[in-house]
Amino acid sequence: MLLDGKCPSGPLSEKWERHRQNLKLVNPANKRKYTILVVGTGLAGASAAATLGELGYNVEAFCYQDSPRRGHSIAAQGGINAAKNYPNDGDSIFRLFYDTIKGGDFRAREANVYRLAMLSNNIIDQCVAQGVPFARDYAGYLDNRSFGGAQVSRTFYARGQTGQQLLLGAYAALMRQVKAGTVRLHPRSEMLDVVIIDGEAKGITVRDMVTGHVGSYAGDAVCLCTGGYANVFYLSTNAMGSNVTAAYRAYKKGAFFANPCYTQIHPTCIPVSGEHQSKLTLMSESLRNDGRVWVPKMNGDKRTPNEIPHAERDYFLERKYPGFGNLAPRDIASRSAKEVCDEGRGTGSSGFGVYLDFEDAIKRLGESVIRERYGNLFEMYDRITGEDAYKQPMRIYPAPHYTMGGLWVDYNLQSNVPGLFVLGEANFSDHGANRLGASALMQGLADGYFVIPYTIAGYLAQAVPGRVTAAHPAFIKSIEDVNSLTKKLLSINGKKTVNDFHRELGRIMWEHVGMARSEEGLKRALKLIPELRSEFWQNVKVPGSSENLNQELEKAGRVADFLEFGELMARDALNREESCGGHFRVEHQMPDGEAKRDDKNYCYVAAWEFKGLNYEPDMHKEPLTFENVALAVRSYK
Amino acid sequence: MNLTLFIWRQKGRDTKGSLEQYEAKDISTEMSFLEMLDEVNEQLIKNNQEPIAFDHDCREGICGMCSQVINGVPHGPQQRTTVCQLHMRHFKDGDSIYIEPWRARAFPVIKDLITDRSSMDSIIQAGGYISVHTGGVPDANAVLISKENADTAMDASECIGCGACVAACPNGSAMLFTAAKITHLASLPQGQIEAARRVCIMTEAMLQNGFGNCSNHYECQAACPKGIRVSFIAKLNREFMKAHLKDSV
Repeated sequence: MLLDGKCPSGPLSEKWERHRQNLKLVNPANKRKYTILVVGTGLAGASAAATLGELGYNVEAFCYQDSPRRGHSIAAQGGINAAKNYPNDGDSIFRLFYDTIKGGDFRAREANVYRLAMLSNNIIDQCVAQGVPFARDYAGYLDNRSFGGAQVSRTFYARGQTGQQLLLGAYAALMRQVKAGTVRLHPRSEMLDVVIIDGEAKGITVRDMVTGHVGSYAGDAVCLCTGGYANVFYLSTNAMGSNVTAAYRAYKKGAFFANPCYTQIHPTCIPVSGEHQSKLTLMSESLRNDGRVWVPKMNGDKRTPNEIPHAERDYFLERKYPGFGNLAPRDIASRSAKEVCDEGRGTGSSGFGVYLDFEDAIKRLGESVIRERYGNLFEMYDRITGEDAYKQPMRIYPAPHYTMGGLWVDYNLQSNVPGLFVLGEANFSDHGANRLGASALMQGLADGYFVIPYTIAGYLAQAVPGRVTAAHPAFIKSIEDVNSLTKKLLSINGKKTVNDFHRELGRIMWEHVGMARSEEGLKRALKLIPELRSEFWQNVKVPGSSENLNQELEKAGRVADFLEFGELMARDALNREESCGGHFRVEHQMPDGEAKRDDKNYCYVAAWEFKGLNYEPDMHKEPLTFENVALAVRSYK
Repeated sequence: MNLTLFIWRQKGRDTKGSLEQYEAKDISTEMSFLEMLDEVNEQLIKNNQEPIAFDHDCREGICGMCSQVINGVPHGPQQRTTVCQLHMRHFKDGDSIYIEPWRARAFPVIKDLITDRSSMDSIIQAGGYISVHTGGVPDANAVLISKENADTAMDASECIGCGACVAACPNGSAMLFTAAKITHLASLPQGQIEAARRVCIMTEAMLQNGFGNCSNHYECQAACPKGIRVSFIAKLNREFMKAHLKDSV
């Protein structure tokens, strides 16, 4: 089946405006009759819940954390892009659009990306009005910095805590609506199922993580804003609780999962220190503005970095990509780092690390400027490694960070299941095969503040409000299903812990479905993952009961889903016989090792439909057409 | 290294808790404190015991979820560091470590080291925002803000809402937390219009949610992982006085 993204016709720059004119509206007096369930309170969820509440809808907001202020958007460091062109350096909406499309290796929808670029400016205005303390210059104007994949300075930032400040802005707007009574909060609540009635999403089933009570909430529409799935790799920069469960269970109920193999490996993370490692810490990519990436020229050079003279250092990004140098896009920077380490030139005790050196920048600008720009990042690095990066180069290594794939949505952010909307990282829509830095925050907030408030009305206007209640048999069935899964997990009482299985899955995924993928490796993963899964269901040990707070039980449910989802990722990666963005197939590369796209055969979105666990999923294609940009080889040389 | 841990165990909100002794063996100095607890939990699970429940999420010191009192100090011995960023190189072989939940009237224990901090959300709900709707706002550069004020707002807004200040305070006061939000918003022109009302309702909400008042111990500043300063409390007091002076005129 060919999927239709329902992109409006007309010139690129007029599509959104035209579409908005054609969308139906819900009368102000009727809005409160509609209940919208918003799952997740990161940037997308908090901004959506707040804005829908402001409009007068009746909103129920859910998050697994103890407070909606803690969604993992909070950890984004570097910044948020916008096409304001304040620095007068040639930026425009079209340029931001073009950079994003090109950065995504021509695997995103033109119309969506253009809308995103357009809305980027509104986001900055909105955030400033909320009191987000962006960096400013001495005249009181907003400051900008440059970022990977762009040749203009369009990134707005709040020290190294931009995600935190934007999320606190959205959280504050949400709290205001909680007080106003339009939004009801459900913290420490985990969504475990979506309820579909007559083909439309009409509710969710949720476990109260404190009491263990499993209950249902009926609504007129459901918005999943539940983030990405990088924790399928076990070690990633995601929060410990980040998971695929909400999205995956929606997939099992009929929502299509698009491009699951598009995962982003972030080039600048702190290297792994040992087996005990529970997560990886990202150092903002903005560091690459002033830091120079290098490894020794000589294999197995054991000298300390300061002992190695400049002539014996290989600044490999500057050498290979003179145009962009240290600011080459994430996938290219990551793969290059892995290559030099695989050659045996890596640094640190594990040999899996490259230097990020600030010596020249400190000489040029002075330590105080560097401290002003990155002080908190240097501090964080010191805290974790015990090393002072003002005196010696940082050590960095790539780590799974962001997932471009997600539930398939149309231009309205609606999945193929009517009434089920998906926002932010949880959807697949705007970043193609690779996301540029400082664009995730932009997308989360664009979806939540400026897209969903319009597009959801188009759906609601034709729905009868409050048509179903939680007394509907579909809800009772959903609760039974969730409870029986819980019971099953608790009854196995095997020998290995949930973490043991998660770590093992992570190893398989990193090895075979990671930065460089091959047919052989992917086929191996497709064999290993089901084996591990079947062992999980026979030998996992989940202690405690379901009737109170049980963190192992929470983890077990999430890992059980990752154990199925990993297979879908491998399958998608195997199907995509090309290299593009974050998806690199070793069989498809240029003679110089660059990714080789196949626009003739793979210029489409692969959206997978669940057909039962023991059956292969069906693939539906959404062809990607480009009317405004020419498909070019993505060269950053 | 090997450590002896004394950890607060409590089954639920209404049950009595106690400190229980555990041994942590072969702990690497490279581990984070929470990775050390992960290790202890893995062993407990394998020995058919219930693992220790503790809050944590981002593990990079920004979400504010982790919350443990270590040897009597919220977030432990390293200054300006959350528990999740604390590493075992700050301990030595043979150490005894006491681990307790946040202790404050406004933070009831839910289980083991996990407390209910929704009272802090209630303070923000009262007025910790600028009342702006989405859309219809001026261009971001239409209102200039001096770098000084923007920096003060940012300093204050770095608060991660972990509640260490409350746990450290002999009065269980949320004054530093509230003052940080007041200072953030009062330093910006956008926040001026509601400033007087905001400081009154937020301080009122603080008292209503079971937090004590401030009597200048400054323990909060010492415990804060983000370096939020007590000078913000002075700012709150000033804003509070201004608001009430306005009322009386």
